[in-house]
Order: sequence, then C-alpha cells, then structure tokens
Amino acid sequence: MKSSYKDGIIESNIEISENIYEIILNGDFQGFPGQFYMIRGWEALDPFLSRPISIADLNNGKITFLYEVKGRGTHIISKLKKGDKLSILGPLGNGFNINTKGKIALISGGIGIAPMLYLAKSLNINVDLYCGFRDKPYFLETIGQYVDNIFVATDNGVEGHKGFVTELFNPMEYDLVYTCGPTPMMKVVMNICKGKVPLYISMENRMACGIGACLGCTVETIRGIERVCKEGPVFKGEEITID
Amino acid sequence: MTKVNICGIEFKNPVIAASGTFGFGREFEEYFSIEKLGGISTKGLTLNKRDGNKGIRIHETPSGLMNSIGLQNPGVKGFIEEELPFMEKKDTVILANLGGSTIDDYLEGIELLNETSVHMIELNISCPNVKEGGMAFGIKCNTASEVVKKAKSISKKPMIVKLSPNAENIKEMAYACVEAGADGLSLVNTFNALAIDIYKRKPIFNNITAGLSGPCIKPIALRMVYEVSKVVNVPIIGIGGIISSEDAIEFIMAGATAIQVGSGNFINPNISIDIIHGIERFMEKEGIKSLEEIRGII
Repeated sequence: MKSSYKDGIIESNIEISENIYEIILNGDFQGFPGQFYMIRGWEALDPFLSRPISIADLNNGKITFLYEVKGRGTHIISKLKKGDKLSILGPLGNGFNINTKGKIALISGGIGIAPMLYLAKSLNINVDLYCGFRDKPYFLETIGQYVDNIFVATDNGVEGHKGFVTELFNPMEYDLVYTCGPTPMMKVVMNICKGKVPLYISMENRMACGIGACLGCTVETIRGIERVCKEGPVFKGEEITID
Repeated sequence: MTKVNICGIEFKNPVIAASGTFGFGREFEEYFSIEKLGGISTKGLTLNKRDGNKGIRIHETPSGLMNSIGLQNPGVKGFIEEELPFMEKKDTVILANLGGSTIDDYLEGIELLNETSVHMIELNISCPNVKEGGMAFGIKCNTASEVVKKAKSISKKPMIVKLSPNAENIKEMAYACVEAGADGLSLVNTFNALAIDIYKRKPIFNNITAGLSGPCIKPIALRMVYEVSKVVNVPIIGIGGIISSEDAIEFIMAGATAIQVGSGNFINPNISIDIIHGIERFMEKEGIKSLEEIRGII
C-alpha cells in the first residue's frame, strides 16, 4: 500500500475520556490494522517533528485516530476543530498479520487500545479483548461490537479487576495473541505467552521521520537492530529482545 | 538553469540530501523520484558495520532535534554490496560520507570506495556521537589537516570535507583542510548539545551529549558558511536547518555552491523537491539566469 504525504480535513475531534481524544479525518485514506501515520497539526516548525499515531479505524476512506495528550504536539492536535487541516504521512510500517484462525486474545494497556478496534474488525472471528487502564476505561462501547468478551482491569479499581490486565489472562485458552501498550506490560505479556501461544506485539518508540531513514526508533531483534517504523511496528513476540 | 558544478562534477541542481537523514535513498523513492535531486550524501559509513548507540536516539527541541544515532551503518563493504547497486542506477550525484576513528580506517575506506561508482567522498570529521565518527579530527586544525592530507593523497575521487561547528575556530579549520588538499567543504554537521530529564535527574542520552540540528541552528550555520567562504576558494556545500527555498538561497548568497537538506527530510519527505521548485521560481521571478549571479554576494 503506497504511503503519501497529504492533507486531511478534520470531521470531528472529541475528548472521549480525560486527555483521550478521537479524531476523524475525511479523505481517501488507506492502511492495515497496526499501521500508523505521522501526523502534523501545525504549520510552524515548533514542534518540529510529526507525531506517530496508529490507525484506530478506517471507513470508506475516512480515518479515525485515538490519541492521548502527552506533550505539546498532541496538545496542539487536541485543540483543532472540525474543518481544520492536518498534514499526514502514511500509512507506514508493517501491520498485524490478520490471516489467522482459532481463538484470539487482544491485550492492550492504556492508549494501546487504539489499534485494537481496526484489528478486531478485520479479524472477524472469535476475539476476546483484555484491556488495562490507569483510571476510567474508554473506547469499550465502540470496540465492544467487534469482540466476544471484554476483560477490564484498572490500576485504581474504578472498574473491573483492580490490578494488571495480564493477571486476568490465561494463554492456554488462546491460539494467538496480539498486544499493544506500555513496554513493561508488553514485557509481561511476552513472558506469559512464551512457549505457550504465538504473539504479535506492536512496539512504540520515539520517531523522527517515520519512514526508516533516520534510524532513531530502532529495537533489538533476533535478526539484529531493526526499525520500529519500517520493519515494525508489529513484530512477532519471539523476535523482540526487550532489556 | 539550476545546474552547479563542484570539483568538476555536475549537479542538476544545488539540492543534496544530507548524510544520516536520507538513508541510501530507498525510503524516499516511495514519495518522489530521487533522480530529481542534485545529489545524495549516503548515511555516514565506517570501515566496519556498526549497530549504533543504545538508549534514546532522538530528542525533539524547539524547532529542531537532537540525535545520538551513533553511525549505525552497514560498513563500507556492506554499502558497496547492498546499497550502491541501487544508488548507482539513479541519475544523481553520489557522495559517500565516510567517518573513522583512526587515520587507517579512513584510508582503508577510501581505497574501497576508489574502485566504485561513487562520484565524490564526503570526509566526515564531524560526527559528535561516536569516536568512530571522526569529530576528534574535526576540533583541532592540526589533527584535521593530517587526516585530510593522507586521505587526499590516496583518493581517486574528489574529496569534500564535512566540518563540525564544534571546531575550535571554523575559519582556521576550513583553511587548514583546504591547505591539506580538500577539494571542497561541507558545513555544518550537528552542534554538540545537552538535554536533561529533570524527573530522572539524568541526561536524556546515554552519551550525555548529542548532535543538535534543524531550523534552530540555521542562523549560526549560515554565519559559518559566510565566514568560511571569505577565507577559502574551494566550493562550499551549506548545511544547517534548511527547510525552504528561501533558506537555501540565503546559503547560496552567503557563499555556498550547493546546499544539503537534513532534518527537513523528517518533517516532509518531499521537502527537497519543494526547495528545488522554490529556487526555480525565485530565479524566474528575479530574472536570475545562473546561481553564479547570486553566489557569495553578501
């Protein structure tokens, strides 16, 4: 799928939970689950770099991103309104392998739930979602229609299991697992799944270019140093060597 | 109209992709035909393959970024076998950017590159992030002079020396390199810089310092190109935060024959093409027939 750099017009940009936004852009966007775009919501040179954000959904060319306001870039994007323009580059990277069979678990932590919607939609088979949040859960209603069961954990116990989402998960019940979330959580998922069930893991890293040129976002794999933006962001669990 | 000549090599326009921001060109083919560029400077090569630095490699700053990639590269032989066959099919000038930690490393690298189709060598005595990057050679004039002299004596290719803005005195450094035989100069590489994570109470980068680039360094880079152009009579390639045709023209007016686009490639993969078109429009509008007319007019 060819990547391009172009403008998108904002259809909506709504805060769906504290600091969590869902933005929808009109256009003829493309992409596979697990792929991402570099998003630029400003014409100025500061912030300098675009922000890598994974595809949350695609509907007839309309693209949805879910993002958490973490720094200045996402803060600026969160202030944009319907009709405003964004520059976006993508789709980028290699997404999840969706030619799969059997019973599947999706495990997300926080904003790592973003790519799970488009993934669950594309899998269209027996899928359970395990999602952990610091505080109040979000996006569950939207994603709920595409999964069989949702298991929720929150750090403060405000909803679901109080503790880590990985404590709810038994790898023996599944034929395949996909995960996206903070590195410490994904490390636990890797350990739980090791030798029991195949795992696909969506990695995150600081990125400058997003297209494989700057070598800023590398990760150690069994094949050597690879780029999260180009060979990833999705890797097989056994390929990654997290320190 | 935009053609320029550097050390007998013709560039179809003065816009060159800067080392370390463009890989070997493959990633950008998806966005535009890289043959439209005047030239491409390869990712910084070292004699042997390198995996690069551990830890955080990129940190954004106001209107710029710091990097500590650490010269991750396939080595000169890896470049010749895996990357050059792709690049040499393209009708654009190839500058092989070569770093080293010892003079022998540089010389061995040059000997290998001598036998290839690369058009020029850009001798990197300015990467701040690893000792193999050569910045140790790029601070003091006498060490720079020694490596340039020896490299030039065996190089069969025109040799551009890429200067560090961290040199003790940029004018003296430029003069020393030209005296030692440099056919041209490119400047500047990144500025050695520091960022601190105040919550961890530690530097952001494992190496403590890292190289700063982007529009935030442009006015300083421009001043350095201007000063250097007054003391040497070899072609200069201007580098430092160029993201528009206006920036590029400023560098040319300050004395540069060509320019390199670096960090700008990260914010828009088509940026060099926009810059080429912008230069053409400027020339038409201002009635400029050749860039010679405005080169070094400041």
